[in-house]
Amino acid sequence: MALALLWAQPAASFCGLYVASGDAHLFNKASKVVMARDGDRTVLTMSSDYQGEATQFAMVVPVPVVLQKSQVHIGDAAAIEHIDQFSAPRLVEYTDEDPCPAAAQLSDAVMSMKAMSVGAVRVRGGRASEMALGVHIEAEYTVGEYDILILSAKESDGLQRWLEQNGYKVPPAASRVLDTYLKLGMKFFVAKVNLGEQKALGFRELRPLQMAFTNPRFMLPLRLGMVNASGPQDMFVYAITRKGRVECVNYRTVKLPSDAEVPEFVQADFKNFYRDLFAHQLEAQHEGVIFTEYCWDMRWCDPCAGQPLSNDELRQFGAYWVDEQEGRATVFMTRLHVRYDRARFPEDLAFQVTSDIQNFQGRYVIRHEWKGAGDCPEAVKYRGGLAERRRKQAETLAQLTGWDTAASRKRMGVDADWATDTDRMRWWERMWKK
Amino acid sequence: MNLVLALQQKARSVAQRLPADPRNYQIAALSSLLAYGLTALHFEIGGAQAAVTIAVAIAVQWIGTRLARQPRFDPKSALISALSLCLLLRSHSLTAAAAAAALAIGSKFLARWHGKHLFNPTNLALVVMLATGCAWVSPGQWGTPALFAFAIGCLGTLVVTRAARADITLSFLAAHTLILFGYSAWLGQPPAIPLHRLQSGALLLFAFFMISDPRTTPDSRRGRVLFAVLVAGGAAFVQFALLRTNGLLWSLAACSLLTPLIDRWLPHSRYTWPRGSARPAPITRGESHEIAAPRIHVGVGAPVGATRR
Repeated sequence: MALALLWAQPAASFCGLYVASGDAHLFNKASKVVMARDGDRTVLTMSSDYQGEATQFAMVVPVPVVLQKSQVHIGDAAAIEHIDQFSAPRLVEYTDEDPCPAAAQLSDAVMSMKAMSVGAVRVRGGRASEMALGVHIEAEYTVGEYDILILSAKESDGLQRWLEQNGYKVPPAASRVLDTYLKLGMKFFVAKVNLGEQKALGFRELRPLQMAFTNPRFMLPLRLGMVNASGPQDMFVYAITRKGRVECVNYRTVKLPSDAEVPEFVQADFKNFYRDLFAHQLEAQHEGVIFTEYCWDMRWCDPCAGQPLSNDELRQFGAYWVDEQEGRATVFMTRLHVRYDRARFPEDLAFQVTSDIQNFQGRYVIRHEWKGAGDCPEAVKYRGGLAERRRKQAETLAQLTGWDTAASRKRMGVDADWATDTDRMRWWERMWKK
Repeated sequence: MNLVLALQQKARSVAQRLPADPRNYQIAALSSLLAYGLTALHFEIGGAQAAVTIAVAIAVQWIGTRLARQPRFDPKSALISALSLCLLLRSHSLTAAAAAAALAIGSKFLARWHGKHLFNPTNLALVVMLATGCAWVSPGQWGTPALFAFAIGCLGTLVVTRAARADITLSFLAAHTLILFGYSAWLGQPPAIPLHRLQSGALLLFAFFMISDPRTTPDSRRGRVLFAVLVAGGAAFVQFALLRTNGLLWSLAACSLLTPLIDRWLPHSRYTWPRGSARPAPITRGESHEIAAPRIHVGVGAPVGATRR
């Protein structure tokens, strides 16, 4: 299975290819892929964050087999948002109790979580009459608002010319990459929007495309998408299996640092925290790595960053086995996050399913301080420990995100004097106070 | 000139004072790799798993030594196998870790052919665990820092050179490199892709520490070169034709079955390592291997002490 997009007009891409847009500045170059994998069966759901003219949408995805109409399906964008939100790094909030009455107790409450923005795929079509050029249309059909062609070709030059003649603006450098996929025996899945169908269906946004096939290849080709990319691009992969965690076999897969206590102000700035955490951790690696941000048995969650996915949603993503057993069968989800460019990721991503079913989540903790005025010995001790706690939190934050410690301390109010009159007393003053 | 001679003499005297058994270096190298992996690369292996793997491997070695009535219990080879398993095998089940260690060492005593064990013990345990789905191997766990690749290469070279098995390592690496570059050239891929594939700690570990096991590789040099090329070709077949991962491991396991045939076709005396000298004894065609006892063989999971046909 392979993916990459080519745009008829300069546009954004799915799974990597962002052809610089004339005047459209994309806020976030991120694409999302849901991959359900069971044995050699793969169901792929693709979504990208491009917000351009739907009429200009066209997409070219290398695929390992000729896909018949029944193998292509329209996915639900809301379900992708759901799985993203459900698996995103989360902030957990605790509130310190009044230390005076007894031992401090912690009450926890699940807090918000962050989701990176995604995209949708856009293009436009325009198909010319069939040509020689060694290009063969293996299948042709309409699914939802998409007109879809499955192409095979004898050589990349012919394919490239065919695409150009049919309105797809293919970067010249793409020819060599197309050639690679042709020699690997792959076909090309070409989709464009059927405006009439789109209007009839009443959808304004382009919905995710899904494809199901059986093939041993378990990889995501990035190379076509990087042909003329202007910079690094983000991709989120949500891999669903019944066996266990999914990891990359040709790049290092590392877990995002987790379970760290950070200052309270992160709650209001969690989006930036997550973004900078990822960037800083990536920078520390000095090489192409893929981060695991979540891997968990989908039958439960703790804390839950959202409503768990329903059986129906899981089945729609390709977990067809979800109803096979009494109750809910094992559905294990791995959320992978990769920021790729040509220098660090020369090769397509290859994956494997492992038997690892150990749960992991990107989880960050804030503890709301007790602001009471009590002056029992416990309260004095509590307040006395706050400065050290805040210092550690600021250091942790700096290690995680690279944020300036002095600025963090300022935001935390650490430099201010938080002590009460009792705290300021010398020990002998306190001793003889009464 | 005198200085050169003096340096040569010094080097010789240092070499003679080094421990004769190359397995000491192997254990040191593998332990260092494991320490690096645990600290810098955060390998997902707990202390309990490492302890169970090592303990079971040594226990099975002891039992096997007793049952096979071998003259001397020597835990070094078992320790090497166990360390290799710790480096490569991933599982959260202690039972699986114990089973892999028992399988690796047990195979040395059970799967034998004319005095040689058929499979590299670590390799056999890995492929069996992969096939049963009880555990997994993470080929991408090493990352690709050049420095690390260099370090592991050097450590491995030390061991290989002392074991005089550089021929198989170098032939394998040459064949593997040629195949990777040839395949990419045919596909029209840029050289960055085969280069990326070569910068793998897993590959170097395999080349320097696993395929170089003299107990499971052919006795003659021509046979070893042929074996290395077959393993490289088989790995490419698994990776590029069958589209499966861990091609090197599967290929080595399959090719190990051919070793007896290669030995019959290209016979040669076994490599021996006289005790007390840091340098390998010269290999003479037709030399009776019984005269150089006890033999100590090196390689991941190599057998302990002398074994006779």
